[in-house]
Amino acid sequence: MSAFAERLDVRRRLRFARSWPTRIALLILSAVGAVAFLGPFFAPHSPSELAGQAFAQPSSAFPLGTDYLGEDVLSRVLWGGRSVIVFAALATGLAYLAGGSIGLFTGFSRGLADNLLMRSMDVLLAFPPILFLLLLATGAGPSVTVLILGIAIVQVPSVARIIRTATLDVAHRGYVEAALARGDSTFAILRREILPNIGGTVAADAGPRFTISILLVAAVNFLGLGLAPPAADWAIMISENRTAITIQPWAVVVPALLIAVLTISLNVVADGVARAQGRSIDIGGLRR
Amino acid sequence: MSGDATVVVENLTVGLEGGANIVEDVSLRIRPGEVLGLVGESGSGKTTVALALLGYANEGVRIRGGSVRVAGEELVGRTDDELRRIRGRIVSYVPQDPATSLNPSIRIGEQIREVLRFHAPQRATDAEVAHALASVQLPGDRSFQRRYPHQLSGGQQQRVAIAIAIVCHPVATVLDEPTTGLDVVTQARILEEIGRIRDERGVALVYVSHDLAVISTVADRIAVMYAGRIVEQGTAAAIINTPHHPYTRGLVASVPDHIVPRVLRGIPGVAVGVGDRPVGCAFAPRCDQAIAACEVTMPELETLAGDRAVRCFAWRATPGVSFEDRRFPPAAEPLAQPLLAVEALHAQHRIRDGVVVAAAEVSFAVGRGACVALVGESGSGKTTIARCVAGLHARSGGRVALEGVELAPLAHSRTREQRRRLQIVFQNPYESLNPRHTVQSTLAWPAQRLAGLSRAEATAQAVELLERVRLPKRAARRYPSELSGGERQRVAIARALAVRPDLIVCDEVTSALDVSVQAAVLDLLAELRRELGLALLFITHDLGVVASIADQVLVLDRGVVCEAGSVAELLGAPRQEYTKTLVAAAPSVTGSGVASAGSSTPTEGAT
Repeated sequence: MSAFAERLDVRRRLRFARSWPTRIALLILSAVGAVAFLGPFFAPHSPSELAGQAFAQPSSAFPLGTDYLGEDVLSRVLWGGRSVIVFAALATGLAYLAGGSIGLFTGFSRGLADNLLMRSMDVLLAFPPILFLLLLATGAGPSVTVLILGIAIVQVPSVARIIRTATLDVAHRGYVEAALARGDSTFAILRREILPNIGGTVAADAGPRFTISILLVAAVNFLGLGLAPPAADWAIMISENRTAITIQPWAVVVPALLIAVLTISLNVVADGVARAQGRSIDIGGLRR
Repeated sequence: MSGDATVVVENLTVGLEGGANIVEDVSLRIRPGEVLGLVGESGSGKTTVALALLGYANEGVRIRGGSVRVAGEELVGRTDDELRRIRGRIVSYVPQDPATSLNPSIRIGEQIREVLRFHAPQRATDAEVAHALASVQLPGDRSFQRRYPHQLSGGQQQRVAIAIAIVCHPVATVLDEPTTGLDVVTQARILEEIGRIRDERGVALVYVSHDLAVISTVADRIAVMYAGRIVEQGTAAAIINTPHHPYTRGLVASVPDHIVPRVLRGIPGVAVGVGDRPVGCAFAPRCDQAIAACEVTMPELETLAGDRAVRCFAWRATPGVSFEDRRFPPAAEPLAQPLLAVEALHAQHRIRDGVVVAAAEVSFAVGRGACVALVGESGSGKTTIARCVAGLHARSGGRVALEGVELAPLAHSRTREQRRRLQIVFQNPYESLNPRHTVQSTLAWPAQRLAGLSRAEATAQAVELLERVRLPKRAARRYPSELSGGERQRVAIARALAVRPDLIVCDEVTSALDVSVQAAVLDLLAELRRELGLALLFITHDLGVVASIADQVLVLDRGVVCEAGSVAELLGAPRQEYTKTLVAAAPSVTGSGVASAGSSTPTEGAT
């Protein structure tokens, strides 16, 4: 067999898709992802085009009706998923980059640096996240950069804590000690010996964390402290049209439902991945 | 013969739910006042049998057929409720690890009383609990009864577990590896205790263990299990001295012995797993006297004279066990410049308030191609010394020198050449290989880092190394999870060899392995010494292993070298009191270590 296929180890990586709940959730997740990323190509109108009367009921011209300005709700739904997912992904990625580095380093080196860094993480952890984001937005002004950075910063301490615990668990295994005795550099040990072995923990943690990011992005956008209103965004749509929920519910219900379905299916898939990871790591040699 | 047996097991079959059988067709009889030793290596089904004797099967496992009768009570097919009334009262159990079997948040007196309250409420008094503790040589006073398990030593915990098992005077007790986690001296005392309980109470005991040396000191009869079946049964002396089954013979030849140091012969191959068992005899693939019939039919357990049975077509062809005594090299002269010199080494561990000294004034030397063993019980500092030598623990005093050149305390401050020449192999094969790298990658990386090989050279060398440690070439593409414990340890040794070192520090490298696998690994290390001129610093708690591999030995007691010398002299005629105790307590298949250890050592005091 080709070395390439072996390296990718496709079957091992796809093992998570064996259980039915995971499969169904994966299907739903792909569907929501398709709406968010392919939707704009199929939108009948521009998201900011005043296409008709305000709060028009669903009709053949506007399948989901129109919103408070007379924009087409379907078009705005199709356009409005990208920002939520991309911002949340960026924030989560940044949080892992910073928090993961801190966690790996402190967990492996221990000592004074560990104490100092982790205590400062504890201080950050004590801040209520929404309050922190509000303060940040008021101080720095509402902007997308601030939004993403803020959400990343909020998540750094808990990421650092989880990665540090996972690292501590691996740091005294024989293969790490063998690398220490070889005199491998800290960076080489972290990359080659430790990082690949905390994948299960990261997978288990990443799903819920991405969900939190999505919810925070939505919350901040809803409060108008991230993206500004003309932009199409599911959270902004909810915020704009919430007062008219009794007249034209679709402009609120559909984006809200999409956010809910996205986060739930994401969590189920992440659970499946974590379970599969847990199985593939052999536990104390019990599995032959 | 069967009428007076307390425990009668007939054709017991236990299997995975909707899967393969773990244990097949096991029949046993244990008379009152008799200890049956059930011996087997990992995966042989011995623990499954032990649990079935209580009518119990682990989750996902079912007793499929056969019968287990204890004092006339049939246990198979009983409801959980009925079994609960039988367990503890008629048949009881002592588990392997008292640290996890005792409830850490309940006082030990209460844990004993709990059993009494359930089976004999009128006896659930402090006096009865005190009596039960006294019967296992523990103080029975109130303050002792009020202790929690963590306030006891490992040996005391195991005594409490035994007290719980015998407090209701059961007619049979199953002991599942009760001394495996204990130090030899403690083990010897517990074994003595078990012998006393048998004699005083006339209980039928089943002693389950992987360790033939321990079994031979405690058991009257031995049943040997392999791949879920009993392959041989007989009196202890008969099994040890004239094994009929080739597996038993292999097992006996694998057991290291410190009284008669000998060359070990492991059993080739790997034990078959549950579900992979062949149609014929499960041992046939590893057997050198297999005949055609062995491949197709499972031999019956053939009953022989003298309460003996064997499951083999060709057992008459089994040669007697002949041991090649180990020849020790002539006493080495003090070397002008040894390969490794450790002088007045001092090491400590920092704990919350203060320090624990792990090594004080430890000095020794390892010559080129020599094998020096550091032996001691847990907490003797042997592993810390090994880690100081390997540069994983910073020494707090003294000198470690490689060919006269002092080594820095920690590995990263040593030169690349120094790190290359000195390698270490760890105890736990399940944690010593990175599960995310293939064997090939594991073997190639150190060679690239330390020996300066190119990627291609290192990869080519990996295949040679596998051959060196007697693993098939195809193992190169495997991940550690696809290998057995013994195979992993070979890979770990190959990883050390990859940089062509002069000295390998072996930290308890065989203690997690089955004896037949241990014998093969020790044989491999001896061969590497001969052929590559490799020196070994061998850390172990097992005097038998010391006798099989080392030339020189240092006995450590709480961080201090208590006695040092050549293996032959030190084991033959120990001078120090501590060494004498250790030598006497170590189990041996050639001599009973139990009686002597018991009489020379006082009962463990309360701590």
